[in-house]
Amino acid sequence: MSVWYWLCELLPLEMLRWDFIKNALLAILIMSPLFGLLSTMIVTGRMSFFSDALGHSAFTGIAIGCICGIAAPIWMAVAFSVAFALLFSFVRSRSNQAADTLIGVFSSTAVALGIFIATLGGDSFTRYNKYLIGDILSVTPDQIGTLALVLAAVLVFWVLFSNQLTLTAVHPQLAGSRGIPVGLSQTLFTTAIAVVVTLTISSVGLLILNSLLVLPGASARNIARNLKQYHILSVVLALIAGLAGLFISYYLGTSAGASISLCLGAIFGICFCFRKRRA
Amino acid sequence: MRPFLHGGSCGDACCLRVQNLSVTIGNNQILSDVNLHVHCGQLVAVIGPNGAGKSTFLKAVLGQQDYDGVIVFSAPGQRGRKAKIGYVPQSPAFDPGDPVSVADLFLCCRSRRPAFFGTSKKQREWILSCLDRVHGCDLIDKRIGTLSGGELQRVLLALALEPLPNILILDEPLSGVDIEGQTGLMDMLDEIRKEYDLSILMTTHDFSLLPRYADQVVLVNHKTVTKGTPEEVLASEEFRQVFHMPGGGAK
Repeated sequence: MSVWYWLCELLPLEMLRWDFIKNALLAILIMSPLFGLLSTMIVTGRMSFFSDALGHSAFTGIAIGCICGIAAPIWMAVAFSVAFALLFSFVRSRSNQAADTLIGVFSSTAVALGIFIATLGGDSFTRYNKYLIGDILSVTPDQIGTLALVLAAVLVFWVLFSNQLTLTAVHPQLAGSRGIPVGLSQTLFTTAIAVVVTLTISSVGLLILNSLLVLPGASARNIARNLKQYHILSVVLALIAGLAGLFISYYLGTSAGASISLCLGAIFGICFCFRKRRA
Repeated sequence: MRPFLHGGSCGDACCLRVQNLSVTIGNNQILSDVNLHVHCGQLVAVIGPNGAGKSTFLKAVLGQQDYDGVIVFSAPGQRGRKAKIGYVPQSPAFDPGDPVSVADLFLCCRSRRPAFFGTSKKQREWILSCLDRVHGCDLIDKRIGTLSGGELQRVLLALALEPLPNILILDEPLSGVDIEGQTGLMDMLDEIRKEYDLSILMTTHDFSLLPRYADQVVLVNHKTVTKGTPEEVLASEEFRQVFHMPGGGAK
């Protein structure tokens, strides 16, 4: 971290005299490529609503971890999210209901369970607010280390599996006919999202997490013509929104998460205006 | 047109042999006692009404569906070696918004290098050589969701031809393709079959083109109802009964 702090001091920016801003800036530089990449596949595979549901299930896992008295409830949350993702994949493969209906069932049940457990015995719900709202400005060097490790793992995962995940996302039947294990691919990806969402939720909060998981990919789709452009645009747009949001938050005194999410929304609007025509 | 080799034993000339095939899903028997021989270089069309089990038959042949009976592939002139299969699925509908180009689709299907790295010069040449087989080099940078039915079939056909298979299996290749495109596609299949000495097995609803292109037609309605040359099958009593046609058969 000392190298990063030294680098920040070389920049002629007044806001960078604060360590918490330096931390948040580094977290954004790591998070943008991470969520930019995941976002491409989430949007192509129509899993936006599912990633939102996963965020809520992670909160339930944290509540269970707290009530069980586990020192680091985040690992309980990871276990719960992975179980949630696997159970969802299992039910989806054996049900004739639409995926969004099943996500609604799982999401509301998980949230209800989380609130039920959190308020058991008349406890206050407020201590969980940091997970729901989160604050990138309070990110610690340890959490940045976790984010960097998650990014490295996702990059390796992407290089190894992105081809088969893309084919499965654009057309599962075609993927199956090319010998790709479609069910296994889908389960692998949902499990990966479950782990990433849960490990990052306590650093950044649910609001910014869901925006970053959906909006960069959704914006890039408006203008990209192939997978290379799609990935580059998604990562770059996430980065622009992250940096712009941090500046706005500092100078206007607004919530960093909300500022970044609003920037992502504005970028989507701009991309929509320049969307590609059918060609 | 090649002569249809009747008879049970066909040795090396037989590329695909299906004997007493039956498929039961849950309590429903979808297929029973289906028999079929595809000889080297032949184009065999499987026809039947909706719900007759044509797609289930292809799934069983491709090993994607459990079945009872015998399905044997063999490479022509190479005893004991399994034939390579190329498969073109029923015209899949892609989302027009997906930012996936034809080149990306080839890389996702056939390359270990991640497609999001972009297409190298060598890969682009390879994809163009594949598309050239179906006269589709101009499609390489088009997004798959914006292709017409005929263009998409050509791209899927180019994919199925890499690597060159011994037998090409197509599920309803003519559906979603206009009349002019259907003739063009069948001409292309005929050209490919002759140039690369392939056998072709396809399901179809369109009977008008069969006499011109197919060597053998098999009428399936949960079982093999009849088989023979296109003229024989289309003029048969069984064909009229299955498709509820008054006398005269299909024109």
